[in-house]
Amino acid sequence: MSTIEASPEVGHDEHGHDHDHPPFLAHHFDTPEQQFDSGKLGIWLFLVTEVLFFSGMFCAYAIFRALRPEVFEGCSQFLNTKLGAINTGVLLFSSLTMAWAVRCSQLEQHKGLVGTLAATLSCAMIFLGVKAIEYSHKWGMGLLPAGMFFYNPDNPHPTDHPNYLLYICLPFAVALAGVVIWLIASVVTMNRFHIAIAKPLTVVCFSFFIGVGLGTILESGEEAADHVDVHADPDGLASAPIAQAAEKVAAAEAAPAIAASGAIVPVDQDVLERLAKDTTNSGIASGLSALEQQAATAGKSTVTGDGVILGGITTTEVDVMTKRTAGVFFSIYYCMTGIHAIHILAGIGVLVWLLVRAVRQDFNRQYFGPVDYVGLYWHLVDLIWIYLFPLLYLIR
Amino acid sequence: MSAGSLPNGSQVRDPGYPTPSENYLTNSRGILSWVFTLDHKRIGVMYLIGVTVAFGIAGLLALAIRLHLFQPDGMVFQGDKANDWYNQVFTLHGAIMVFLFIIPSVPAALGNFLVPVMLGAKDVAFPRLNLCSFYLWVFGALFFVSALCASGLDTGWTFYTPYSTTTDSSVILATSGAFILGFSSIFTGLNFIVTINTMRPPGMTWFRMPLFLWATYATSIIQVLATPVLGITLLLLIAERTMHIGIFDPEYNGDPVTFQHFFWFYSHPAVYIMILPAFGIISDLISVHSHKRIFGYRFIAYSSIAIALLGFLVWGHHMFTAGMSSLTTIIFSALTFTVSVPSAIKVFNWLATMYKGSISLTTPMCYALSFIFLFTIGGLTGLHLGTLATDMHLHDTYFVVAHFHYVMVGGTLVAFLGGVFHWWPKMFGKMYSESGGRLSALLVFAGFNLTFLPQFILGSRGMPRRYATYDPEFTGLHQMSTWGSMLLGIGLLVALFVLLRSVGAFSWLGLAAGKRAPANPWGGATLEWHCTSPPPFYNFERAPAVGDPYDFSDLEWDTEDERYVTVEPKREVIPEEQPEPAPVHAEDSK
Repeated sequence: MSTIEASPEVGHDEHGHDHDHPPFLAHHFDTPEQQFDSGKLGIWLFLVTEVLFFSGMFCAYAIFRALRPEVFEGCSQFLNTKLGAINTGVLLFSSLTMAWAVRCSQLEQHKGLVGTLAATLSCAMIFLGVKAIEYSHKWGMGLLPAGMFFYNPDNPHPTDHPNYLLYICLPFAVALAGVVIWLIASVVTMNRFHIAIAKPLTVVCFSFFIGVGLGTILESGEEAADHVDVHADPDGLASAPIAQAAEKVAAAEAAPAIAASGAIVPVDQDVLERLAKDTTNSGIASGLSALEQQAATAGKSTVTGDGVILGGITTTEVDVMTKRTAGVFFSIYYCMTGIHAIHILAGIGVLVWLLVRAVRQDFNRQYFGPVDYVGLYWHLVDLIWIYLFPLLYLIR
Repeated sequence: MSAGSLPNGSQVRDPGYPTPSENYLTNSRGILSWVFTLDHKRIGVMYLIGVTVAFGIAGLLALAIRLHLFQPDGMVFQGDKANDWYNQVFTLHGAIMVFLFIIPSVPAALGNFLVPVMLGAKDVAFPRLNLCSFYLWVFGALFFVSALCASGLDTGWTFYTPYSTTTDSSVILATSGAFILGFSSIFTGLNFIVTINTMRPPGMTWFRMPLFLWATYATSIIQVLATPVLGITLLLLIAERTMHIGIFDPEYNGDPVTFQHFFWFYSHPAVYIMILPAFGIISDLISVHSHKRIFGYRFIAYSSIAIALLGFLVWGHHMFTAGMSSLTTIIFSALTFTVSVPSAIKVFNWLATMYKGSISLTTPMCYALSFIFLFTIGGLTGLHLGTLATDMHLHDTYFVVAHFHYVMVGGTLVAFLGGVFHWWPKMFGKMYSESGGRLSALLVFAGFNLTFLPQFILGSRGMPRRYATYDPEFTGLHQMSTWGSMLLGIGLLVALFVLLRSVGAFSWLGLAAGKRAPANPWGGATLEWHCTSPPPFYNFERAPAVGDPYDFSDLEWDTEDERYVTVEPKREVIPEEQPEPAPVHAEDSK
């Protein structure tokens, strides 16, 4: 392609434009303003397609939540609100640094631009780290899409599953090792350009593990609350004050696994009654009455022990914790958050590209379009999470 | 004849022919200069080749279907798996025609070549994205071909659940292909919207744009707004097959009708992605070859946008029998009728344009006239299907098959061929044999009607679609249809032969290539006729003077040079009805 642009016959610049063509201006544009406006309109249209892309899943969410509100409310309790909230905060902060980066590029503050881009990237990595904890924890419990769902309330924490967290962390560990080797190599060869790129990237890759650590602490806090008497969580870091605080909060909340163990039935009953009181929850109310009827006629008490799972009843009509019910909730959960996470990964890709260009000092007052466009994309990815968080985590 | 100079000094009417170093086809050589080209014209030509190959494959599959249906028990596919074969062949015919041919044919192939040139721009706004979308098309096409080779897809091109989640055939390959092709389509649409919004040169106002650009703009809006929904639908379908997410699969409490809603929310607007650019071509063709200003320019322009927007509200008419509430079906039926209003506006305006025009029956005009005839039949039979009561009877019969072939083939394919014949001299700088071209138009018209008119009768008599065998009472009509399809195939081959011969593809057989094409062989007033044929690499030396795209008053046929020349440059004046230039035009190129 460059051969065509540089072909000798192309001498149009002399008469095609009465001003000199700056290097960043593509040949088919007349002015930098035209180029910027085209890019801006292009990225907005792209964001429209992104919104419509996600709209399909929001639509599926709306349909299935309208059909089975009790399933959504019940299953939402398996999602760790604290982790979700932390991720929301991290992403909001990354939006701030991204907007700041756009400002830096407009003001030609090259160091500031590199710094803010690296901060944005680090936030993205922390987000993924926390997400890795959430995902691996749920996979371990069998809270999977409908076809693979195997959650068993009697044994909510099976131990015979592979270490999913390890598998997720592995590529990031490889990336971190690679970047560190790159940094060392560039320090040894005194290549300042490479050092300037590898240094922030090392921090960025390390941030993933900060996210993993943060997630582990908070998740294990909840774990510890689940199994207060059963066993001391090995990763619990019980001495850490954060973990202790988390424990208290977690204990106060109606953690799903407590109910699943069948030891603390009153918690179930509370939730169940609260769910049944909600007039929109016709399913659970009718289910409850059906169950009482069944219990009365059959003369045996099923509303005890492992017969009752949080927010669900083990009759065929309204069983929340089965493939056909909770499975669908987790399908939607994984589709929405998974595709969102893929967008985060894509964002990381383009942000790294921006970082390299920022180190090269490509951007100036006249040419900051790419930073602006990536910024808009990043805000959209944040915005989608802002919707996902309440719709998935906060509906109980 | 010297170049006509305009007051501003630019030589927009320069009839000169490009030197090899200017010509976009020859200015750089070697296969890599095509593979990595960012030139919208070369990308357009590559698309043209690609969609023609796809059309050839799907066309052969169509002939196999028609031959099979020559006898009630089936003629082509034999043995235990005959019906499975039949299912796979009609599925691939539909899927390849829709995703690989009709959707990219006019917007991607002709649109890529024409949009910047008609606009007076040097290129589309994002040339690299443009090339990327071409390679996405190739990549998606390879997925489809591998689905063909792996274990034939047999779901129909619509991938309806629950069958598509249970069948053993290669649904995942095909849907991945369609997903990738969707992105190709989105990027093309996005590129055109941005190009038309930001790359218009001074003087090119919205209402000086040729109607082809209006149609392309409306198409691009649909591509950008509808295709992502198809993308997520296909992605969820793939997830359904791999992980059983239970959104569409009733086994896991999913809802198959949800899939139909999601699918048609894209695929009905996609019907307008297919037909709107054809409207644009016809608007330009009718006006140029009638040598008369287009009648109701603004109405045609706005009706394209109206169709694009209304097209989003009518998807439910594909699902009248799928079990929607009666209120919903009535609303969808009523909305469906509203789409016919802007469509009818277009047809009436074309007829009014031809009225008292001096019509040259050139090859493109022959195709344009068949388009009006065939599309009108296709559109009017659509009203039968949009009406609830008749649709209950006609749903999933050959009536539906005939209806959408009248719109897709009689409409889009015929308009595409007309457009290719119209802009071929501009694209490759060669004139083709007029008599050969007109013969192809006649054969296509006759063959098409012979193929699909009997299918209306078959359908109204209750012959269901997608069946490999049929009752003997339908034999006569089916055989007519099969003979017609052969004739249609011959007509298309003649068209291909005429076009390829003009660029010298058969010179080894002693068949001379066509004459060199002048800059303006038809007397068109839009900007693409201002640059040489073929256009130079940069399209225009200078930004061309933009005038009324449908003002032919200053064009006159020069019998010596055999081309149209500007007699009085008064491009900025918009006159009343003008006497038309003599309807003489380039005759046979022998």
